[in-house]
Amino acid sequence: MGKSEDSEKKKKMKDVEISVPIVYGNAAFWLGKKASEYQSHKWTVYVRGATNEDLSVVVKRAVFQLHSSFNNPTRIVESAPFELTESGWGEFEIAITLFFHNYVCEKPLNLYHHLKLYPEDESGPMSTKKPVVVESYDEVVFTEPSESFLARVQNHPAVTFPRLPAGFTLPPPVPQDESKRKRGDTKDHPLSQWFLNFSEADELLQLAAARQQVQTHIAKLRRQISLTDGQNQPFKSL
Amino acid sequence: MDAKDILGLPKTPLSITQEKKSRPQKDSQRKPDGISREVYALTGGVAPLMPSIDVSQLKRRPPSDEKITWQWLPFTSSARKDNLQLYHWVRVVNGVPPTGDYSFAKYNKSVDVIRYTDEEYEKHLTDPKWTKEETDQLFDLCERFDLRFIIIADRFPTPRTVEELKDRYYSVSRTILVARAPSPGEVAGHPLVKEPYNVTQEIERKRALSMVLSQTKHQERKDAEVLAEAKRIAESRMAARAAEEPDLPIASDIGPESAERAVGPGDTISPSNVQVPAPAAAPSTSVIADNSSTLASLRMLRVYLRTYALEQMVQAASSSAGLRTIKRVEQTLQDLEVNLKPKVPTKAVCAEHLELRKEILTLLNLQKQLQYKEAEGSSFRDGSYGDMPGSAKRSQRAADQDRTFVLDTISFGGDRGVKREQKRKGPGRASETSSSPAGAHKRPRKMKASDL
Repeated sequence: MGKSEDSEKKKKMKDVEISVPIVYGNAAFWLGKKASEYQSHKWTVYVRGATNEDLSVVVKRAVFQLHSSFNNPTRIVESAPFELTESGWGEFEIAITLFFHNYVCEKPLNLYHHLKLYPEDESGPMSTKKPVVVESYDEVVFTEPSESFLARVQNHPAVTFPRLPAGFTLPPPVPQDESKRKRGDTKDHPLSQWFLNFSEADELLQLAAARQQVQTHIAKLRRQISLTDGQNQPFKSL
Repeated sequence: MDAKDILGLPKTPLSITQEKKSRPQKDSQRKPDGISREVYALTGGVAPLMPSIDVSQLKRRPPSDEKITWQWLPFTSSARKDNLQLYHWVRVVNGVPPTGDYSFAKYNKSVDVIRYTDEEYEKHLTDPKWTKEETDQLFDLCERFDLRFIIIADRFPTPRTVEELKDRYYSVSRTILVARAPSPGEVAGHPLVKEPYNVTQEIERKRALSMVLSQTKHQERKDAEVLAEAKRIAESRMAARAAEEPDLPIASDIGPESAERAVGPGDTISPSNVQVPAPAAAPSTSVIADNSSTLASLRMLRVYLRTYALEQMVQAASSSAGLRTIKRVEQTLQDLEVNLKPKVPTKAVCAEHLELRKEILTLLNLQKQLQYKEAEGSSFRDGSYGDMPGSAKRSQRAADQDRTFVLDTISFGGDRGVKREQKRKGPGRASETSSSPAGAHKRPRKMKASDL
């Protein structure tokens, strides 16, 4: 491949990005009768694929940085599902650092989640059966993905694969030994019944409607402006 | 018609003479204690708020129980390796001279020049351009002159440039360090190993510096012009190529660099700019430039969260807007029942959100424009600029009408949003007809103002 071809390729790949939709948050159960002063809740903080697919194709490990009052506040999780369960009484900010595989990206990414234990409605009863769940949806975007990255994740359900520029072909993926690795997806996770659903459709609809209104208003204003200009013109020519 | 008459100022310069009279009075008031007259004048003839010197302390005498004499005594310094006997004045208290090393000996620092053994030289350090004798001499001089290479170059027996000497010294030291270290990891942090001396870069850098230094004034001006021109071309090029490579490396080269470097890229940019086709309608190139530079910086990150990207893009889009405008945008979003930060930030949602924010900004700008034009119009019609309260009231009313108009349309839109979408035939017309009947009770007031 000549140098110009390489740079041509690079130019086309400039806008190619791979995005991984994730959901991160916590689920907290009140311990009820078993609650003590310092351990009133049992909570799990986690990062999962937005469609509950296995993130370990992209994420190598997740590091959860807890409040300093915890023993060993830096908890490292080396495999999916990337989650951590603890018990405590306080709400605090947890810093989650995602480390990716070498072929994905060398830089880690930080997420911040405020641990929620107590329900929004303070007057309501606390239940040991129904957890307090707070989740945030986001997408991890990788720019200028390497060919090995693209090859590795094509057809993987956890990843939003981009449309490649015309004429671009990928090498066939290296077959992975699926049987040996344990399941990393969260489809049958014990907490999955509490997971929230994130659908972009509602938000898109809302945004489209809002844009429509604004655009109509803009058109109206433009007409009024030209009208006023017309009225002011005779004065201006003085 | 004297200007002073209009302003109501006294014709005779009374004030000036008054000033002259008061000044000599102030000058004679110069009796501060403890500070000399000159120092007082330095502060502008005004006493400082806090006394800088405590006056009572100025004439303090040493405690009377101690007997102080000054004696001319010999001393030794640990910094000297010879036996030179020096003398100096020493403050002797009660007949006891002070003890301890010479107080300035601690400043006698020197560089730790690494010396190699002959064995090490044979093993690692032979070089076709350097004899062992020369290298030995170099190291002797380095130790003697504390790595002051200008002096070393001056004293070096054979003619060598400073860069050559530095190169030899640093590469030898580095090789020795690495060779002596038990494992490469241990020395990796040592500055000699971490940042090796780059001869060619140094030569180039010094040449460039001397070129800049020896520029004439005329050349300096010409270079500034070329730099400005190149910057402009680079920016418009970035705007034109928003979708393609923004070519940041060239732009940064143009930055603070030497004269001749700037001419090179400047030349290459202009021909290539001509070839780039004119971009499609861009409302303002500065906004596009902002966007493309944000995109470029995001690309540099390699990995980022989409919410972060949206934040950056929103900031870039609102960079020209003031704080109040941004608040108004957010208020409008809330009125439209749109989340300020999308709950499901997918690529599509973020793009729509950004576009919506931009459209709201346009909307607010247009409203302001309309207000301004209407105020202009009403001031024309009223006929005199002096009628301030009247036109102010008018423009205020117009502003109020605008606000209620906006809220009215939006809240109306909120109710009927779904229905409107079903009914829509063409974008503009249908909504006009559907909104006019309901808004009728507010509309007539607005029409009156514009119908005048």
